[in-house]
Amino acid sequence: MAHSVSFDMRDLTLESPVDEGVVHDSFSRLIEEQSQSLDKDDNGLEMQVLSEEDVSEEDLLEEDRDNVPYLVGSTWDRLEQERGPEHTDPLTGEQWSNATLKVLSSMPSRTIGRSRGAILSQYYSRTLQLRRRRQSRPSLRDYPHSSRPSIRGYGVEIDATDLGREECKKDKLVNNLQNLSVSDRTRVLKGMPLSLAEKSELRKLATSYKGAQMPYRGQIPCCSRLKYYIIIALRHTWYSWLSFLLSLQLWQVALKRVSGRFGTGVLSYFVFLRTLLLFNVFLVLITGFFLVIPQAVHPSRRTGPAVAFTGLELLTGGGYFTDSVMYYGYYANSTLNGSCQPTRNNSRDSNRTDCSPKDPGDAGGGFHLSYNMPLAYFFTIGMAFFITCIILVYSMSKSFGQSFRVDKPQGSLALKVFCSWDFKVMKKSSVKLQSENISTQLKELLSELSSPHERKSVLQRLARVSVHLLAWTMCVGSTAAVSFAVHYFSEYMHNDLKKRADLTTQSPLEKEASLLALPVVVSGINLLLPGFFNTVAWMEEYDSLSMHTHVAIFRNLMLKVSVLAVLCYHWLGRIASNPPGLNLECWENFVGQELYRFLLMDFIFTILDTFFGEFLWKLFSQKALKRKRKPVFDIARNVLELIYGQTLAWLGVLFAPLLPVVQVLKLLLLFYMKKASLMLNCQAPRKPWRASQMTTLFISLLCFPSFVGAAVCVTYTMWSIKPSGHCGPFQNLTTMFQSGKRWVQELADNHPKMAWLAWMHTYLVENPLFLFVAAGIFLVVIYFHTQVVDGQRKIICLLQEQIESEGEDKKFLIRRLQAIHEQRRPRPVQRPTPLGSERLDENV
Amino acid sequence: KSFYDCELTFLTKQEILLAHKRFTELVAKEDRNDPSPRVPMSKILTLPELKSNPFRKRICHVFSTSESKDGSLTFEDFLDLLSAFSDSATLEIKSHYAFRIFDFDDDGTLDRGDLEKLVNCLTGETDDTRLTPEEMKQLINNILEESDIDKDGTVNLSEFQHVISRSPDFVSSFKIVL
Repeated sequence: MAHSVSFDMRDLTLESPVDEGVVHDSFSRLIEEQSQSLDKDDNGLEMQVLSEEDVSEEDLLEEDRDNVPYLVGSTWDRLEQERGPEHTDPLTGEQWSNATLKVLSSMPSRTIGRSRGAILSQYYSRTLQLRRRRQSRPSLRDYPHSSRPSIRGYGVEIDATDLGREECKKDKLVNNLQNLSVSDRTRVLKGMPLSLAEKSELRKLATSYKGAQMPYRGQIPCCSRLKYYIIIALRHTWYSWLSFLLSLQLWQVALKRVSGRFGTGVLSYFVFLRTLLLFNVFLVLITGFFLVIPQAVHPSRRTGPAVAFTGLELLTGGGYFTDSVMYYGYYANSTLNGSCQPTRNNSRDSNRTDCSPKDPGDAGGGFHLSYNMPLAYFFTIGMAFFITCIILVYSMSKSFGQSFRVDKPQGSLALKVFCSWDFKVMKKSSVKLQSENISTQLKELLSELSSPHERKSVLQRLARVSVHLLAWTMCVGSTAAVSFAVHYFSEYMHNDLKKRADLTTQSPLEKEASLLALPVVVSGINLLLPGFFNTVAWMEEYDSLSMHTHVAIFRNLMLKVSVLAVLCYHWLGRIASNPPGLNLECWENFVGQELYRFLLMDFIFTILDTFFGEFLWKLFSQKALKRKRKPVFDIARNVLELIYGQTLAWLGVLFAPLLPVVQVLKLLLLFYMKKASLMLNCQAPRKPWRASQMTTLFISLLCFPSFVGAAVCVTYTMWSIKPSGHCGPFQNLTTMFQSGKRWVQELADNHPKMAWLAWMHTYLVENPLFLFVAAGIFLVVIYFHTQVVDGQRKIICLLQEQIESEGEDKKFLIRRLQAIHEQRRPRPVQRPTPLGSERLDENV
Repeated sequence: KSFYDCELTFLTKQEILLAHKRFTELVAKEDRNDPSPRVPMSKILTLPELKSNPFRKRICHVFSTSESKDGSLTFEDFLDLLSAFSDSATLEIKSHYAFRIFDFDDDGTLDRGDLEKLVNCLTGETDDTRLTPEEMKQLINNILEESDIDKDGTVNLSEFQHVISRSPDFVSSFKIVL
């Protein structure tokens, strides 16, 4: 921990500059002190070759233990012994004297990392700034992990008055602390790099001072004391509730094992999976509470004959499930009343009539709870999407803020050396692997830097470009071909369905089994084509690894987006527009079932892929090919699979409110399966994976093509497509959206005071001008922010130049100091190496 | 046990309880009745989270408050360690302690010797992963060129923090969870 390192073990005569308690705020003081010490002592700074005996025993013990000398003195001692009394500062090539080196080593910029006094003074100035800034704008330190240039906010500003010794600094810091609010104080104390004992001492001092300043402590009036106790009790319950929630963190142990063996990159896949699970649980709760449970409690009449449960329903989603809470068609068109008794007189009524309101005196009356199902359906789905949108945008912007950096990194070597060690990795073999990876990367980077970049000849460049073009043509071509294939196949199935609808000889189960063909084909395409893309990418060469990953992700994404677009066109454009042609009573049910099938097939194919791709490949490569390397877990492809599955779930919520439940089950099973397969079959990735940028990319992909696409489809369905006339909650309406409009109209009619709601609805929601204005404002705000970022970059450049020139100043002053020093020192007579002459000759 | 102090760390109550459990497992039997037992470094290094970490000894030395500088930790030191390596610790705290861990000779800056030891820790023990002396020299020159802004030949804390702030992955990789 922070302990005071004393330099006074040498019996050299530098006193004050070496005492690290003093912080030098100007070099004039330094020079003054130097000259003072010169005047005092005749010998001044002697260039003694310190022998081993002068090194204190502490140092020897340290060296024995760890082979790492602790104190700077011993380092310089060893250097001196190697090179004689006059030695060069190894990097700058300057010849500093031993004493100058001592001075250099106690400079503020070097002591700040380790001395308690320096830390205290730094935090004193910061709390001062905090107090000053509290009124004007929030402190920069309020934003952890955010992208701010590190030079800002690091002013080692020291007050003009001399701070003196450590106790004095401490007092001033405590003084500042007690003027902050409790939360600020805790935050500042948390952020100080001191040991826990010191921090609690500071806090005790700060609060005890405060107590001393409040002499009325015993006289707090009883009501405010009661209020105080209540607030404390509330806060305690809130904290314990929060910590209870946090302790429920799902899969904590499992994730730790994964990260311990595979590192942060693979961990990000599982964390993403967990995030998706939470989104789906949220959807389940909303639809469950507002849609499924009210409808399940009031079961509606069966429209067709009762179908027995066979096992095939689990695959096709039809059959027994068709007329259940799972699909759109089951939901009532009417207002559910709490006193509805379905067994008594509703069995003869058709599905359309309302449950007649009962007299209050009726025996089974109870309470009247009317629940307008169509409205509930419309608003629940709308709200679910809206809240998901807000959560997604928020997490995307937070993740972006963490990974965006204002100044462009010039070099990557320092970054790699300082930041690439993953401390989470625990297993010995993984640690070894990580070391190997880092070593390989460093060697590659060094060889790139040392060998000059050869200018490729025009022919070579042309060859490279043509290879890229060829690869891209192949990929785009295969994607287009596959999209057309899916389109024609779906048309074929459409016609097939039409034909089968007319034939009544086949059992309905067989009909439904034939519907599985399209999902199987699409899932097969999603599985095989990315492998094809990877093979094509082998023959290309890329400038950087991240480019390679981004291109692979883009191609995969393009494939999935085009396939989904074709399917949506097929469902919404063809099936929804002409349902009687397919003899479909309820096209929404059909689309819901299709989505269920797609989701399920995707899951089954993922299982197959994990089994064949990872397990069998490992066996094959180890036994047949005799390679030691296990297959690598392809993070990008797996994440895109997850995003695809989530898009299907979002598309399907409107048509099958229980689909998120299926998705939750699927994600749970997927987690355990992938983890098992990972532990057994795979090894950590060899290439560097920039986890935080990739996470930002994946969340943006989840937000942008996936969620926005699903939201657009759902909005289009609600806005323009005519719901089917015989089933579901919107039977009588021209569009689903009408239910909302009708409700607003009714509200305006019944309660004239709410007319403003109707007005707002007409002019804001339906008027495009409002949207244009809002978009315009957003664009202006974005423009301002980019300008601010540009300005910050310029400031960073300027500050760097300033620091460089300050460094030059420092060197200059130290050389002058040393020269003056040498001039004043009496020339020793019997010294083995007369240094004076050499010093004077030095160019100053 | 005073949990009042837990507000001063970045750990939650559960994490502190778990840390206490793991720490008391390490305390030697004869020290169990001691109010603030001190666990020697050799026992701390048996923790699976630290066992294979090449920086384990430096970590113990940095967080240790013992006068004999032997790397032994009390429970409070252990909490400090976990707090600095926790999920919610700020970038500033993490970079401060990372700097102290990488500063092998404790002189307040990272000079050539420190950087060389750091790279050797990163690349491991085996001969084929170690860098040759020429590569090492070139690497250190490049590092200093990129990160030493005031050109004094060493990387001090501010320069180190400036380099760290450019990497968004540092916060997630500088983590140890019990």
